[in-house]
Amino acid sequence: MDTSVKRKKSAEPEIDIGRETRLELYRQQLELRYCEKRAYDLFLQNLIKGTSHLSLGQEAIAAGFGVAMRPDDWTFCTYRGHAHTLARGASMEGVLGELMGRECGLLGGKGGSMHLTDVEHGAMGSYAIIGAHLPVAAGAAWSAQYRGTEQVAVCFFGDGTTNIGAFHEALNFSVVWKLPVVFVCENNLYMEYTPIHTVTAVEHPAADRAGAYGLEKVVVDGNDADEVYKTATKYITRARRGGGPALIEAMTYRHSGHSRADPAKYRPEGELEKWLERDPINFYRNRLLKLGIAEATLKDMEASAMAKVDKATETAKASPVPSLDAIEKNVWADGGAAWRN
Amino acid sequence: MAELTYRDAVAAGIAQEMARDESVVFLGEDVAAAGGVFKATVGLLEQFGPKRVRDCPISEQAILGAAMGAAMTGLKPIAEIMFSDFLAVCWDIVANEIAKTRYMTNGQIALPLVIRTANGAGSRFGAQHSQSVENWAMAVPGIKVVAPAFPADVKGLLAAAVRDPDPVLFFEQKSLYPMKGEVPDGEHVDELGKARVLRQGKDCTIVALAAMVHRSLDAAEILEKEHGISCTVVDVRSLVPLDTRTILSEIAKTGRLVTVEENPRLCGWGAEIASIAADECFWDLDGPILRITTPHLPLPSADQLEDATVPSVERIVRELSEKID
Repeated sequence: MDTSVKRKKSAEPEIDIGRETRLELYRQQLELRYCEKRAYDLFLQNLIKGTSHLSLGQEAIAAGFGVAMRPDDWTFCTYRGHAHTLARGASMEGVLGELMGRECGLLGGKGGSMHLTDVEHGAMGSYAIIGAHLPVAAGAAWSAQYRGTEQVAVCFFGDGTTNIGAFHEALNFSVVWKLPVVFVCENNLYMEYTPIHTVTAVEHPAADRAGAYGLEKVVVDGNDADEVYKTATKYITRARRGGGPALIEAMTYRHSGHSRADPAKYRPEGELEKWLERDPINFYRNRLLKLGIAEATLKDMEASAMAKVDKATETAKASPVPSLDAIEKNVWADGGAAWRN
Repeated sequence: MAELTYRDAVAAGIAQEMARDESVVFLGEDVAAAGGVFKATVGLLEQFGPKRVRDCPISEQAILGAAMGAAMTGLKPIAEIMFSDFLAVCWDIVANEIAKTRYMTNGQIALPLVIRTANGAGSRFGAQHSQSVENWAMAVPGIKVVAPAFPADVKGLLAAAVRDPDPVLFFEQKSLYPMKGEVPDGEHVDELGKARVLRQGKDCTIVALAAMVHRSLDAAEILEKEHGISCTVVDVRSLVPLDTRTILSEIAKTGRLVTVEENPRLCGWGAEIASIAADECFWDLDGPILRITTPHLPLPSADQLEDATVPSVERIVRELSEKID
């Protein structure tokens, strides 16, 4: 299938990204990549249990939006949410600690890889039931609209989500109420193990449905952090100013399988290699060099990012496992779990 | 004291809380302009305006998802699911999202919201609009479950549910909507997790919920007069939290336990109470526990069939008088 992204000339003025923002986009992508790779390594060492859904290859989307968002905006993401949570500023030891089931984990070991949440940084949860968080994001946007806070909810999901009912309910609902929510479909070409085009009525699973809800068709190169950042800025700003929701489809590719259990043997020969040539981080590094950023600057950033991941790893490893007292805590607002007197 | 219907008590409870707290908002299908299909929310749109009282598309996942998203970001939504049967189409949001999020996030996210829904038989709507599903809700950790039987409790428990920091599933019994009762004047706020003893007897303790409370009270009158069996009747009111203290103490006083449940037999709420009683007051019991429930089948629609399926006053009298001596 054609995986290229067609770009249209836009009548709107180009958003000037600038050196500082570009360096921030690069830093974010590096940290997301290195941390995700570390998560994979820790799996192989049996220090991370359960399952895990990695974003390797998809970092430009989390970074582009993360940098474009206001600190008090809200992120809602899926079980493939490590990158989105980190991109809001969640602590890396908190993320790795949660994956490792340690006390220092963001959720104290009660949520795991698929439910990373950091309310303090606007990361309002990772949702492991496909589609469930789209209406939840709409509800947060409703709250912002009701209270007049000009906050925006950004909701990330995969291409597979576009075929579940909650996707359609949330889009219609958000448009009818003109809510400040930006829905972002990360189209990595596969719903779990199945090529998305074999189970979807349209070529672009999200963007081709936008018209059904009176929304503009927006497809963006999800492996180009600049393009993601510009698109994010445009639609987040519009939502913040009362212009209502947007639905963005970002084309990308995951370098690994769907989850830990998936070796991704269903991919045609050569496809991964083709996408590795468009690896968002190498691509962005080359752009920065062309723009005159010094090689040494990039090397420093890469070393710093790796040092941060190393430090977070050691902190998480050193953290104790959660106390068994945690089991009966926080079912209810009183901190406990009592269902009877 | 004013006399209100059960349906008017719903609107009165919502209005009391919306007038008190700007963060309370109300959404659902046909709830605003139409005042609800059961006319339980008439006048709220006029009183509080379209910003706070909102009609929604037929999108139950969107309604409860929006309530959840709003609750975690500062609002206190009351969401209506028109018929409790429709909870099945948004059960993911109830059981996987709303109920579990505080726990999974280790307390980072609070969800102060209320889901109101019309539950139960009596309207001849058949198996997809008349079933009693309070036992579905009771089976999910992380959500409180309330089912009032009287207009005063509708208002008071609804207010308590809105003020509660945890999510509450509030079952209104649709056959009770026209029922009248005294409701305290002025602000009325009750307490979740408290059963109420409505009648004190010597021979047997009947534990009932919602519409079954009224049938149990009527049955108790007949049992007393015609069979010489004197019954205590306990209105459970709240399944989660469950007031086991009151229930166990009332069982101990009479030595017999009868549950009267509208939900289908298997895993009905009374089974949990029977289990607790067997564990914790077995030596106070003078005979077997009796559960009177809707049989384990989908509810039929014809009036004679529906009446013969859900526990009736006659059936309670018959079963109880045969089995309790």
